Amino acid sequence: MSNSQKKPEDTRVIVGMSGGVDSSVTAALLKDEGYEVIGIFMKNWDDTDENGVCTATEDYDDVIKVCNQLEIPYYAVNFEQKYWDHVFTYFLDEYKAGRTPNPDVMCNKEIKFKAFLDHAMSLGADYLATGHYARVQREENGTVSMLRGIDNNKDQTYFLNQLNQDQLQKVMFPLGHLTKKEVRAIAEEKGLATAGKKDSTGICFIGERNFKDFLKSYLPAQPGSMVTPDGEEKGTHEGLMYYTLGQRQGLGIGGSGEPWFVIDKNLEDNTLIVGQGFHHPGLYSEGLYASDMNWINGKERNEPFSCTAKFRYRQSDQEVVVYPSEKGTRKIMFKTSQRAITPGQSVVLYDGDICLGGGTIEQAIKIREGVGA
Amino acid sequence: MKNIYADHAATTPIDSKAAKVMMEVMQESFGNPSSIHSYGRKARQELDKARDQLAQTVGASPDEIVLTSGGTEADNIAIIGYAQANKDRGNHIITTKIEHHAVLHTCEKLEKYGFEITYLPVDNEGFVQLDKLNEAITDRTILITIMHGNNEVGTLQPISQIAELASTCNIAFHSDAVQSYGLADIDINDIPLTMMTVSSHKINGPKGAGFLYVKKGTKLTPFLTGGEQEKKRRAGTENLAAAAGFAKAAEIAMQERQKRFDTYKTLSDQFLKALQAEKIPFEMNGPDKGKLPHITNIYFPNIQLESFLVQLDLAGVAASSGSACTAGSVEPSHVLSAMFDDKNRASSSVRFSFGKGNTADDMEYIAAEIRKILDRIKSI
Repeated sequence: MSNSQKKPEDTRVIVGMSGGVDSSVTAALLKDEGYEVIGIFMKNWDDTDENGVCTATEDYDDVIKVCNQLEIPYYAVNFEQKYWDHVFTYFLDEYKAGRTPNPDVMCNKEIKFKAFLDHAMSLGADYLATGHYARVQREENGTVSMLRGIDNNKDQTYFLNQLNQDQLQKVMFPLGHLTKKEVRAIAEEKGLATAGKKDSTGICFIGERNFKDFLKSYLPAQPGSMVTPDGEEKGTHEGLMYYTLGQRQGLGIGGSGEPWFVIDKNLEDNTLIVGQGFHHPGLYSEGLYASDMNWINGKERNEPFSCTAKFRYRQSDQEVVVYPSEKGTRKIMFKTSQRAITPGQSVVLYDGDICLGGGTIEQAIKIREGVGA
Repeated sequence: MKNIYADHAATTPIDSKAAKVMMEVMQESFGNPSSIHSYGRKARQELDKARDQLAQTVGASPDEIVLTSGGTEADNIAIIGYAQANKDRGNHIITTKIEHHAVLHTCEKLEKYGFEITYLPVDNEGFVQLDKLNEAITDRTILITIMHGNNEVGTLQPISQIAELASTCNIAFHSDAVQSYGLADIDINDIPLTMMTVSSHKINGPKGAGFLYVKKGTKLTPFLTGGEQEKKRRAGTENLAAAAGFAKAAEIAMQERQKRFDTYKTLSDQFLKALQAEKIPFEMNGPDKGKLPHITNIYFPNIQLESFLVQLDLAGVAASSGSACTAGSVEPSHVLSAMFDDKNRASSSVRFSFGKGNTADDMEYIAAEIRKILDRIKSI
């Protein structure tokens, strides 16, 4: 690749800056290495309140401070419309379908590494860098592998599982070799304005707000009944979209014995299936069906193979066997049965440190149904 | 890479003579102009000198000049101050859709306090139609506020005729002349204005200074209350150094007015020719005649504005979209939206504004960089 032959000073790297410590350090490290660094803040959501206060403006102020410290130019770009069309609409549709969406995965796929990457390229960038905890490894055959960040607790490859070769060829993740602790230490040592800023939590467009209230303002809630798998009525639910599989809080079922958990949703008759005990068998699966499979190296694998997988962020790796299934879907069987496999979330596959890719969980294969599969 | 500043409608570099005057005044006349002692008298003398100079530039008398912190404050004093002081006579104000936000947002604020505002449309060259203005006038109309030269496209409104009409109807007329001051000939003895806003930093003076011309006998409710400065129309110790620098810059601007006008006109013509020579598809926003020469607003079909302006900046060319752009929120220009029924045009147009220091070479450099940007976009 011609890009990799360029000297750093001739290489233009655009850093996606959020106003947080990770992207600040990303820009600082690249600047130290001699690259021509440009910081760009992406605005995807307008949360201006009645007082005219918008968190994006505050975050952009931090981007400005850091870029001025680093003496690099900075700009902002607006993707509110694209974010609404590709991420937020998907987010609402998934909830309507009774599933639990993963907007971060979609944002990486459609916004950060598509719309934003295109924008960076239109500005003459050689690379787009972000503060993700992941590593890219440029192989001799020209392909790019994506490896876990070495900080196991912060590794973000789970959210990056939909990236392809075209995207990864143009991407840099300078923090992949560092731990969060080291990143904070670098920020402090350099006196970056964002050094002491706390990490953002939750879904970016909801922020610190109450999730239920937020969702209520976009989707009508349809209360219904809560029943046990045997059909026994246990009360009413406020709307299926408010509940996640495996959830304990907010069910309000009293009585004696072990606590109650959400074990399934039935969209057809709008019932929430609940069961008693954290380890209720109805919560356990021995496999899943996945769609939208993405293979990071670009080569679809159609033979059965063994690897490890994560079904949620920060979960420890689980041993699985991946089988081809109908129309590009995959059937993924677990070595050990798994609790609360949640449709809509990602299943991400690994071979050692290499992230192979991933897909969307369509359906859990419950232990009882799965016998003999 | 060259660095070319082509955003003089946003602000201008300070004239070194103005900066020198400021340093002298700051260091040698630090007294408070309101004090009775010798230090105060010395400062007062400098202040009066600046006020006299500024008054002369528009043919006013010194006591008709209210020194302010800039154009925005002058617009606010004019509109809110006049509306409050004259609300017993009526509650209707007429303005246009293409005013600077200092006027528009101020009018919108007054709507919340019971005033009715008419926002006049403009034609596709940015001109207000006098018959539309005439139709909008009611017996409750107390104030007309229409800018002189538009800051985005440069269109010069027929303020003489507007002033005549307002005067005939016994309505006060305020004009924001921030962009035209120093380039257009404005003598309040020829144009019966009631109030006029002027800013220092658009004419190579310091930031944080401006004035409101207020015709003798005009009732205004002050904004800032406190001391008796500015004949109680604007309390607060005067920003003496800025006033002196502003006066110096204004004096130079008046001496060079015709020369600057001709130079900027030539630069704008050269710029358009250079764009044509590079075979760049474009259309001009604004009229051919009856406009400020330093502002050239160009519609580039199909460009993505955010990316285009960044690429210009990375190529060393400072220009702007004229529309507010904070934290990545790009609103299509309200001026172009008023001129054209074409959303695309309002969000694919760039304002180049020239000033002292720009050269014919600069025009060719900018055109060549635009050519490169368009080629790059095409290749992606």
